[in-house]
Amino acid sequence: MAEYTLREMMAVAAAREIRDGDIVFCGTGISMLAAMAAKHISAPESVIFFETGAIDSRLEEVPMAVADPRVMFWTSVNGSLADSFATMQNRFTGRRVVGIMGAAQIDRYGNLNSTVIGDYARPKVRFSGSGGACDVASFVDRTIIFMQQEKRKFVEKVDYLTSPGWLDGPDGRRRAGLAEGGPQTVITNMAVMGFDAQTRQMLLRGTYPGIEPGQVLDNMGFAVDVSESRPVDPPTVQELKILREVCDPQRLILG
Amino acid sequence: MDTGTDKVMDLKTAVGRFVTDGAHISIGGFTVNRNPMAAVYEIIRQRKQNLHLYAHSNGQGVDELVGGGCVSRIEIAYAGNGRFAPTCIRFRKAVQKGALKVEDYSNYQMTLRFLAGAMGVPFLPTRSSLGTSLLSVWGFTEQERRLDPRVPNRKVSVLDNPFDGWGGADKVVLVPAINPDVTILHVQKADRAGTARIEGLTFADVEQAKAAARVIVTCEELVETDVLRENPDLNRLPFFCVDAVVPVAYGAYPTACYRCYDYDPVYLNAYREAAVHEEKHAAYLRDHIFDVKDHAAFVERQGTDRLAGIAADPRTGYAVGLDRR
Repeated sequence: MAEYTLREMMAVAAAREIRDGDIVFCGTGISMLAAMAAKHISAPESVIFFETGAIDSRLEEVPMAVADPRVMFWTSVNGSLADSFATMQNRFTGRRVVGIMGAAQIDRYGNLNSTVIGDYARPKVRFSGSGGACDVASFVDRTIIFMQQEKRKFVEKVDYLTSPGWLDGPDGRRRAGLAEGGPQTVITNMAVMGFDAQTRQMLLRGTYPGIEPGQVLDNMGFAVDVSESRPVDPPTVQELKILREVCDPQRLILG
Repeated sequence: MDTGTDKVMDLKTAVGRFVTDGAHISIGGFTVNRNPMAAVYEIIRQRKQNLHLYAHSNGQGVDELVGGGCVSRIEIAYAGNGRFAPTCIRFRKAVQKGALKVEDYSNYQMTLRFLAGAMGVPFLPTRSSLGTSLLSVWGFTEQERRLDPRVPNRKVSVLDNPFDGWGGADKVVLVPAINPDVTILHVQKADRAGTARIEGLTFADVEQAKAAARVIVTCEELVETDVLRENPDLNRLPFFCVDAVVPVAYGAYPTACYRCYDYDPVYLNAYREAAVHEEKHAAYLRDHIFDVKDHAAFVERQGTDRLAGIAADPRTGYAVGLDRR
């Protein structure tokens, strides 16, 4: 078995969630690597696109931001913010979009906080805010969420609900008036989680090699069903080769 | 809005004339790309105060204006700068200290707000943010909103679809139009009248410009009108939207200008180091902005090697192989 880092495991785990034909909305950082890896490994006909308006970028180098000039190279179209969000809100194209995002806090229904910890007006910690994350989470069919597995990040109630997950359960999104779809997968530095199709509550789908479900629960602020948990396959030699040699040879994101 | 044919002026004059204390402003670009940085530094140099800033994700420019002490209120979607600053540092400090009032929206909502302003309608609808704190938590109170006629009485409003579920939606969120006093863009090419060509992604620049009462366009290159009119399909802004045209080489530096130069990782990393510490940041403002005469002098300080290193490769539009660690 090849040696690998947890970041590499996370990027590969996310890449495996992307299907051929998906239109992949990428944020900054590890989500771009996951999308690049998927395109080179398992989903060659997936389309990488950015909220800035770049559609089907040829990423010869990993971008440092979604407005990096690297996202503008050899695209199908270089558009605008108005175009890109309309693509996600659009009743036809939006159903094909899978969004990848991260956050400071997540709850059991996959609701995300990327705005503040503490009081809004005078926060203990201020983060970047929604950017396009709330839009993506509101519109698209599936989202993949990257999180660090920590008690303070997996919380019963988010301090500020920036991006809607399943809200308060099975009927939450419909009652709020949101589009169908919602969070599909949460990828952490220890495990891969999903959401129960009936209750829409988070559950453990699998843990990385050497990690037990109990360790995951110890690093969460709420309990989840672990009965379906299966070991996650480690990255293959080919997956690692693509990630290291094609996607991020400078290790800008892999570290 | 000015139908004249020659609006060329220097940056000091343009900023002095159009960016007044207390003005509501917006700047173009997105995180590390095509922020009008020369204008941002000139605003700081002229010590403008109490600006009300509208931003979607205008990373570096936003953080420098906040750090320069120019901004008292901000309506924003994303205060980050990609991998260089997941949360903008001076922004975070100002908000946590209570020195900056914030109203949060999403990127699409800010885009629609500029578009509504450009279209001349009071609001536009979207399905974004239903069920979230973006709807329920307001930064500006209703009382504060009443005190400034340039701020609408509500942050957002939710409307039941009057077409009875038509379009597959039961409800929509209405976001209010923005009409800034001035919008500032940096573009690759413009002529003396203000016709502007933007290469690469336009972000929300066009909507931001058309929504504003006054527009300052800084450009890498001032070109003859005939050069732009030979291929008008590529032009993004009609001249009559523009009030000032300011040729500034490296006008987006240290952010990128597609097909001209890349962002400068050395500068952006050094900025992050300085922004974290109060004393270092004060020294940064003094040495890089206040004690520097203008943008040409600022650019010259960076040295020819650094500028050569970020020169855009003609095939890709960015600096291939640039060390970005």
